[in-house]
Amino acid sequence: MPDRYLSFLAVPVWLRGAAWPRGLALLLAVAAATPASASLDIEITSGVRDPVPIAVVPFARAVPADGGLDVAAVIQNDLAGSGRFRALERERMPARPTRAEDINAAAWKAVGSDYVVVGSVNALPDGNLALDFELVNSLTGMKLASQRFTGSTAALRNAAHRVSDAVYQKILGVRGAFATRIAYVAVGGVAPALHYQLVVADADGANARVILESRLPLMSPAWSPDGQWLAYVSFETKHAAVYVQLVRTGERRQVSARAGINGAPAWSPDGRRLALTLGGRGGNPDIYVLDLGSQALTRITDDPAIDTEPAWTPDGRSLYFTSDRAGAPQIYEISLQSGSRPRRITFGSNYSARPRVSPDGSLLAMVTLEGGNYRIAVQDLGSGSTRVLTHGRLDESPSFAPNGATLIYSQRDGERGSLATVSSDGLTGLRLRASEGEVREPAWGPFVP
Amino acid sequence: MVERTLIRHAAIAALLAIVLGVAGCASHKPKPSAGAGGAGAASSTEAAGAQGAGVGAAASASGNPDDETAGPQAGLLATRIVYFEFDSTEIKGAGTEVVGAHARYLAANPTARVRLEGNTDERGSREYNIGLGERRAQAVRHALLLQGAADGQISTVSYGEERPAAPGHDEEAWAKNRRVEIVYLTPAAPAKQ
Repeated sequence: MPDRYLSFLAVPVWLRGAAWPRGLALLLAVAAATPASASLDIEITSGVRDPVPIAVVPFARAVPADGGLDVAAVIQNDLAGSGRFRALERERMPARPTRAEDINAAAWKAVGSDYVVVGSVNALPDGNLALDFELVNSLTGMKLASQRFTGSTAALRNAAHRVSDAVYQKILGVRGAFATRIAYVAVGGVAPALHYQLVVADADGANARVILESRLPLMSPAWSPDGQWLAYVSFETKHAAVYVQLVRTGERRQVSARAGINGAPAWSPDGRRLALTLGGRGGNPDIYVLDLGSQALTRITDDPAIDTEPAWTPDGRSLYFTSDRAGAPQIYEISLQSGSRPRRITFGSNYSARPRVSPDGSLLAMVTLEGGNYRIAVQDLGSGSTRVLTHGRLDESPSFAPNGATLIYSQRDGERGSLATVSSDGLTGLRLRASEGEVREPAWGPFVP
Repeated sequence: MVERTLIRHAAIAALLAIVLGVAGCASHKPKPSAGAGGAGAASSTEAAGAQGAGVGAAASASGNPDDETAGPQAGLLATRIVYFEFDSTEIKGAGTEVVGAHARYLAANPTARVRLEGNTDERGSREYNIGLGERRAQAVRHALLLQGAADGQISTVSYGEERPAAPGHDEEAWAKNRRVEIVYLTPAAPAKQ
């Protein structure tokens, strides 16, 4: 991967929609070694008005043991890509310290960086690498954090993301979600001859890896709570079927191939059950819960309408789902206690679908129709107030980061589908674009130890 | 605005279409064989190689019951696609005649079998569109049953918006994608009816 240091320009949200001078589009190729259709470019589309100025100084490297990875560039991309930070360009750095004690705080304050990250990668006698970092406040000169991560060369990028997580948490008070993974569907070819890939990548789009390919649709990837498995729908047999696949090995199991629709899998918070949509031979989709151990199937809804897209509440006691029982799709909640009746949750649009609950249970993300456009909205489950976060024509499939601060979703970008993120307050965003073909249905994985 | 549907009353809608015999003008050209998507789909999935460790290869669909066949080609029977209007599961116009022809063929050929593949345009959420595509497939199924086909001859699948026939993101493409494809399968063994 070439060393390319880009000055990330976070564009204020109020500029969004204005014509983009081409030169301002900041593209960063990542995952160069992966299949073309799965590699993603990152473009920051909006940022907060006053991002935190930070300098991530190039780390002391362990060549060649570090595999050529520029750890500081990974950290800088993470922080700037969140829209919450503005990173100092390397050519403007007054010095290249690698230890906190060598930092001249005044010099960094003078170039406008409130915080400085320094560190080093060192080869250990056992063949592993140690990644050390320190975070310094240049206004006070105080060291705010320091930590060592050890692991193999292959794990170095993940360790860099963990540094980003630590810096993000120290400065913003919210756990970072950089050391997590996303899954998505990549589609190549031209209709009607499309081919489909299920892809797993780091949250920044790097390390994209195809875990399943098919000439018939793959859809609805969903992570298990432990981040080890993906559930998804595959039409490879010309019928819909739900599978669960161990991401690490590719081992997989068909868990539902009943007559008609088998779709919309969602893992329970304890990982033991899947909520899913079954249509039966008569073609009436309802929500069920499948116990993965016993195979016991429990029917949750029973209505002639389309009931689908179940999403668990964090306590595992109820489900949100989409239903058009009132004529148009709206979101409902139903308790899993038998005999419960669904309660309608959304009223603000004549199309609200595909619910996802934030990790703390306070917000419901959905697709909503606004002025003829499908957009991502978030409803505060306490107050009931709803806010539309995105501005596209066909935005869909929102998925919360495990820290709840950011959502990833898909959008139609001209002729192509791309992925985008938006902060749950709507202030910052960036776009992940496939170098060819289209990418969609992102699912953000959980925190992993 | 939304591709939402009404086919709660699929059977009724289908029945009405038939009873009223909205014959319409017969300007339908035979669409190039079944399933635009059908051709590519026939060989099921590719094993994934090359892409590194842990790639799960989607199993090949070797199950005989799903093998496709060319099926009848005479007259209207060569037309295998029924189109739908926005926000509708109603079979009308040329579609009524096409469905009627296939119903008569299925009634006269009890071992013949079809799979009805329901599809929507790209607007709206994906899993919800799976439900909408299924409603369209069921509308065609009910119309076939009402005109003499037997239940055992018909299966359905909904691809929702996942398998567009036409690329593009405008009304012209959407109109081609709101459809049910009638795919003939290898005939059932006579012994098994």
